[in-house]
Amino acid sequence: MRLVLPLIVTFICGMLMILQFFIPHRPFSLLGEELSDWYMIVASAAIFLGVVNLVQVHLMKISQRAKNWQYSPVVLLGFFVMTAAGAVWGVEEGRPFDYMFQNMVVPMGATMFSLLAFFVASAAFRAFRSSNWRATLLLLSAFIVMLGRVPIGDMIWRLFPGAASGAHPNLVSEAAEWLMQVPNMAGQRAVMIGAALGVVATSLRMIFGIERSYLGGAE
Amino acid sequence: MRKLLEKLDRVDRRVIYVLMALSVFVPLVFRLDFPIPVGGGPSRDLFEYVDSLPPGSTVLISYDYDPSTMPELQPMAVALTQHLFTNGHRIIATALWPQGASLSQEVLSSVGDSLGRTQYSDWVNLGYTVGAGVSVLRMGSSMQAVYPQDRDGVPYDSIPMLRRVTVIRDLDMIVCLSAGDPGIHAWVMMAGDRYGVPVGGGCTAVSAPEFYPYLGTGQMIGLLGGLKGAADYETLVREGAVGCPPGTATPGMAAQSIAHLVIMGFIVLGNITYLSVGKGRKGASR
Amino acid sequence: MREMAFLPALLALAAAAWAQPEQPDSTASPAQDAQTFESMFEAVCVTDAPNDDGGALEVSWTLSGSASPPDSIRILATPEGGEEFEAGWVLPGTDLFSLSGLEDGVPCSITLEAWAGGSPVSRSDAASATPSAQWFHSRRIGMFVITVLLAAVIFWYINRGKSGRPLFIREIAGLSAVDDAVGRATEMGRPVLYIPGIMDMDDIQTIASMVILGRVAAKTAEYGANLLVPNTRSVVMSVAQEVVKESYLQAGRPDAYRRENINYLTDDQFGYAAGVDGIMVRQRPAAIFLLGTFYAESLILAETGKSVGAIQIAGTAMPSQLPFFIAACDYTLIGEELFAASAYLSREPKLLGSLKGQDVAKLVIMLIIVIGVLASTAGTWWEPANRVADLLRFLTHVE
Repeated sequence: MRLVLPLIVTFICGMLMILQFFIPHRPFSLLGEELSDWYMIVASAAIFLGVVNLVQVHLMKISQRAKNWQYSPVVLLGFFVMTAAGAVWGVEEGRPFDYMFQNMVVPMGATMFSLLAFFVASAAFRAFRSSNWRATLLLLSAFIVMLGRVPIGDMIWRLFPGAASGAHPNLVSEAAEWLMQVPNMAGQRAVMIGAALGVVATSLRMIFGIERSYLGGAE
Repeated sequence: MRKLLEKLDRVDRRVIYVLMALSVFVPLVFRLDFPIPVGGGPSRDLFEYVDSLPPGSTVLISYDYDPSTMPELQPMAVALTQHLFTNGHRIIATALWPQGASLSQEVLSSVGDSLGRTQYSDWVNLGYTVGAGVSVLRMGSSMQAVYPQDRDGVPYDSIPMLRRVTVIRDLDMIVCLSAGDPGIHAWVMMAGDRYGVPVGGGCTAVSAPEFYPYLGTGQMIGLLGGLKGAADYETLVREGAVGCPPGTATPGMAAQSIAHLVIMGFIVLGNITYLSVGKGRKGASR
Repeated sequence: MREMAFLPALLALAAAAWAQPEQPDSTASPAQDAQTFESMFEAVCVTDAPNDDGGALEVSWTLSGSASPPDSIRILATPEGGEEFEAGWVLPGTDLFSLSGLEDGVPCSITLEAWAGGSPVSRSDAASATPSAQWFHSRRIGMFVITVLLAAVIFWYINRGKSGRPLFIREIAGLSAVDDAVGRATEMGRPVLYIPGIMDMDDIQTIASMVILGRVAAKTAEYGANLLVPNTRSVVMSVAQEVVKESYLQAGRPDAYRRENINYLTDDQFGYAAGVDGIMVRQRPAAIFLLGTFYAESLILAETGKSVGAIQIAGTAMPSQLPFFIAACDYTLIGEELFAASAYLSREPKLLGSLKGQDVAKLVIMLIIVIGVLASTAGTWWEPANRVADLLRFLTHVE
């Protein structure tokens, strides 16, 4: 029963969503809307699951003096201070929550994202090797795109004699755009179509109960 | 020489990090300014579509990102908002990411104030909703069902500019600024494909190649890719309008230019050492 | 092959639907019921809204070119036997209005009023139509045919798999390396870190990731390695806990299951990346699995993983993140390989069959693309080829 009930729910909901796509008549249209509303409610409620787990795990770490437990009070403090600020004073502009969001969350988030620049440089140094003709082709394409996506690419191109007054003064950015719009697009489409078919097959397997490992792997 | 090359091949990653930091830091400190020529492409397509909207159009901007990707996406939001307000359009802001709601408030209130646009007549911030693509789908049958009230708790049906917007089809255009999922995919598939609303987008440079198939099929009308896309839009907006405050993306392009050159330098160095020290020993081409 | 006998009929249905021009609603045909007037409104047309669940009409009009445009247009509706009410206002640039909330089967007449300077200046005569609901979305027949076709192919191969016929599946290096990676972590006495992407359970890649997590958990249970699964979505965390618990139970090691090791970090994309990086640096896992949906955080995670010397197996169907994983990880599952994991790891005939069906479906799509391109190209000088191209366009068009 532990497994049968979720399978029945998956089958009914999955079939209803497929049918409502092809049948606009009531009750299918209404059922589709109803299921969408339910999904939003369940997704909202799920946020509490995470909050409860976060608090539980870190309280446990502190009480058991687990390895690196010293970080846990910081997590809990951050969580409770932000929650209290939002709940007591609201989230509007100029309130404590907004102040902390703009002056703490924003710079910390941006710091994490900026790490990407360093990692891209180090990964490119290590991985972009001209080991065969295909890798060399990829390397050249990467150079063109990297130069074409910044103004300095065309500036360098225009240093060549006759380039600035020629038919293509922005040749590098034009070449980069061509690479993005033609070979890149073709590759993206191929992966996208393949992945979409994988999605269709996995969805069908789940709706008809053939794939059930996501429910805990029990047979 | 060989020893030197071997040393370079094993260069500490922290050396790369320091040089990378300098390549960004120096152009920003010395305010290097590079001209941004905007050719025909997805940035211009988006700009021209927005420009062709009849005055008084209602445009939804979805802020599907968080503070981490702000440096790339917030300048797009600012430039788009300036463009839409200057052309006399109304803006509805939504967010499929929780923190997007605060970021949109910041853009709308600051740009709105500077251009004399008022909340609830010219713009409204509906805030965050859970459910991602399912919410977008639900907006197709009722906007109010997804957003019974705006971010500040004002009921949907008491907001003047929303009286004529009951379903997603009532919108003239949607622009999704996205750092991941939920984001552009959801808006293209649900709002664009199912309800026929024109969808434009802005995304991080890292994700831009992923959305080109949508441009090719016409499922998206234009795309701003990363800081370059934001700088393009800023340039185009400033070409057409007078008195627009300067953006933050354009100065960043100088830093990005130098950073790209540094990365290319490392790739060239890596290949010189690779070819000199010997392919056989490496085999690290994957 | 008898199960597939309905396919020709289905294709015939699609061809018939494509060949037949769309019929206007009988009560709302512009030729029969909608009326045309001379005034500021050159033509007013009211029709039943197509492909809807009833109660809606569509009003379209053109303004006379000679008259100066009004400030706004007021739409008035009068259901049969009811009173006139205001349905809405539109700006003169608009030429289409959707009216909903009407009763099915009750004719409703529509009148337009042009307003200028705060008062009505012109009024059209009434045009009427009867709202009704449709049982099938006429613009989605092509999609229906494709869905049934794909499902039929997949189910046919599932049946074939069940019947016991051997089905070949090529080796996927990333999945074959799962056991070695867990074994290595056990030998080194360091944990195994499993990252199921940053999306929720409604994302099919996350579901595929949960399937592989079950297998990884079975191995860690068998070898006695410590398994850490930090999550960015609470629902994924709950599912991961269930999946791992079940695997430990099946491996006969329920005592080794640690619920607190499968925990929630934050919903924030880069907050999560920071949290996972912290775990990598502090716990120094020997094996890292990055399987699911990833965005810009992919390289941050993969590079940090590399810096701590872990063996890394990654997999995603996000094309823009694949290069990063290929650059920084030891093995990468590309696109569909992630979805094939369940069948590959379990070797269950039903799942292998569905995988084979998926491949055949892909072949069908490739054929459609090739025929479409050829027909479209040949259509420039040979008209019959255009008909083929149009049919394929109809089949693949979705509204």
